[in-house]
Amino acid sequence: MAQRSSLLARTISTPIILIAILLAIAVLAKLVGSGPFSRTIVEMFIRIMLVAGLYIFVGNSGVISFGHMGFMCIGAYAAAWFTIPPMMKTVSLPGLPSFLINAHLPIFVSAALAGLMAAIFAAIVGRIMMRLSGIAASIATFAMLAVINTVYSNWDSVTGGTGSIVGIPFYTGIWTAFSGAVLVVIIAYAYQISRSGLALRAGRDEATAAAASGIDIVRERLIAFVISAFTIGVAGALYGHFLGVVNPDAFYLGVTFITLSMLVVGGMSSLSGAVIGVIVISTIIQLLRWLEKGIDLGSTTLAIPNGLQEITIGLVMIVILMFRPSGLTRNREFVWRYWPFGKKTSANGVAVSKGRA
Amino acid sequence: MTAILQIIFDALSLGSLYALGALGIALIFGVMRLVNFAHGDYISFCVFAMLWPSIDAAAVVFAGNLPTFILIPLILAIGAGLSVVSEVLVFRRFRNANPATMMIASFALGFVIKHFLLMLFSSRPKSIDLWSNLSLPVEIAGARIPLLQVITIIITIVILLALTAFLKRTRYGLEMRAAAENFTMARMLGVRANRVIMLAFAISGMLAAAIGLILATQSGTADIQMGVSVMLVAFIATVIGGLGSLPGAVIAGLLIGGASVLMQVILPLDARPFRDAFVYGAVIACLLWRPQGLFAPKSTKQRV
Repeated sequence: MAQRSSLLARTISTPIILIAILLAIAVLAKLVGSGPFSRTIVEMFIRIMLVAGLYIFVGNSGVISFGHMGFMCIGAYAAAWFTIPPMMKTVSLPGLPSFLINAHLPIFVSAALAGLMAAIFAAIVGRIMMRLSGIAASIATFAMLAVINTVYSNWDSVTGGTGSIVGIPFYTGIWTAFSGAVLVVIIAYAYQISRSGLALRAGRDEATAAAASGIDIVRERLIAFVISAFTIGVAGALYGHFLGVVNPDAFYLGVTFITLSMLVVGGMSSLSGAVIGVIVISTIIQLLRWLEKGIDLGSTTLAIPNGLQEITIGLVMIVILMFRPSGLTRNREFVWRYWPFGKKTSANGVAVSKGRA
Repeated sequence: MTAILQIIFDALSLGSLYALGALGIALIFGVMRLVNFAHGDYISFCVFAMLWPSIDAAAVVFAGNLPTFILIPLILAIGAGLSVVSEVLVFRRFRNANPATMMIASFALGFVIKHFLLMLFSSRPKSIDLWSNLSLPVEIAGARIPLLQVITIIITIVILLALTAFLKRTRYGLEMRAAAENFTMARMLGVRANRVIMLAFAISGMLAAAIGLILATQSGTADIQMGVSVMLVAFIATVIGGLGSLPGAVIAGLLIGGASVLMQVILPLDARPFRDAFVYGAVIACLLWRPQGLFAPKSTKQRV
């Protein structure tokens, strides 16, 4: 009789491979050691946190969310409130309640609290919105993003309005961002093989059958929504500590679309897709930026005209989607097929691919 | 009384813009289930087409110097052309892709168009002098209403009537409605898929061009971002109206326009900067109340 191995044993290689890739990138950045390059890598790790966090909800539930960058906004501002020195806050953000003005928390505590704040907000809003599905849910999440953006752009005494808040301690370096990315990958993986994650995926693929089998899709969706809000909130906090400045427009349409594109280009329903999408698109963007700056070829400098970078990245995305409509990873996970301990994982030795192939 | 009349005209003219945008998005969604995020960039493209080839800040309008009866058809044709070209080059390959992939592809296309414009014209807003005498007010029942508002509303009504006539009275219109109802079935009954889809794109592009013309006249500037904000609201209106329902899209567009203007007036002064938050809050409430939209076509009802 075929022995049933646990889902964990069958798929544990996925996060290990992904983390190994991230580690390789981090080590590479350390070896290169140049300032601008490490900044690019840090930004990429933060994007991985965002996209993998987005994936927790979008990938597992199949509902496209335009609203998750609102959680990034909440997280980043929360980090600003918790960590900017009280002296500066009394001047720049006089409307804050006094306990926040006096707060000066260590960075990791504040990042965790920032994530928690995003998660609580998601729990409240999600409780109402998760009843929706399909395009109505997408629009509702977008409306949520617009509400968050409007509030943060106009509540001058608490958020500094459309101007930037400065004075957030710089902290996020390569290893912090790397740890953040690893943390989110692990959370995303743990969620997707959890009972709730599997139930949600079942609901995504066949809502009626799943509901008939006793799955409460709304509840599972809410769980995914809250978890992904937490991870994105933390990512927002790290982003704040990376730039040292936050302003509401950094968390609006631009970042929403770029993260969604990365997710879809990589493969919407697999964690590997989320990570690979970020790595591939970020790499292409970086290469094009270098080209834009110009490459010295002996006496001549080869440079592409300014602005061509964005056009090219758009075209590249279209072409990738044309040939791989379900993303670069075809919604499959990376798995180590030849498990060192010799246990054949499934009938044909090919481990499960959990996306809709 | 005059104040109320003013508000009504404000609401109607803003709502008309949203309604035209929503109609453009709903048409395409109807025939190919594509949420076209590039629509806003079509609008900007049409506006900037009037400037080309001048890239000065105070642009001498090149095409804009053409007489009106040439300029308007020209811009409409540019909008239709851009839209059809994007169908042929891009969206045709995504016919069978899932909606998320199509949506991101359309977004990427919009991104390309936007940055193409940025490359040509840079991000500085340009001034456009297009029928500036239209912003002079006229007196209607004691209220001073900018003539342009009246014209916007009239144009919208004319477009709606023409489109209704087209959809209800002509063979192509019939084919398009059939395709929107059930695309596979329509094809089996002899509706040519490519023709219907291209037609939908052409009309949608023309609607974008019309919005571009109105916006440019209204604001007197050409700005890369101008299309996007209309498109987002239009997109929301399409969903609230019931995806695939054309009358629904129009009514929802008018409703959102009306709600924004009304809230600007009735909200207390302190809350006014947060007007959009209230509008979008109302959007969420509306979706919760009727997730399929206010006027959901029967074909989209889930049969479970």
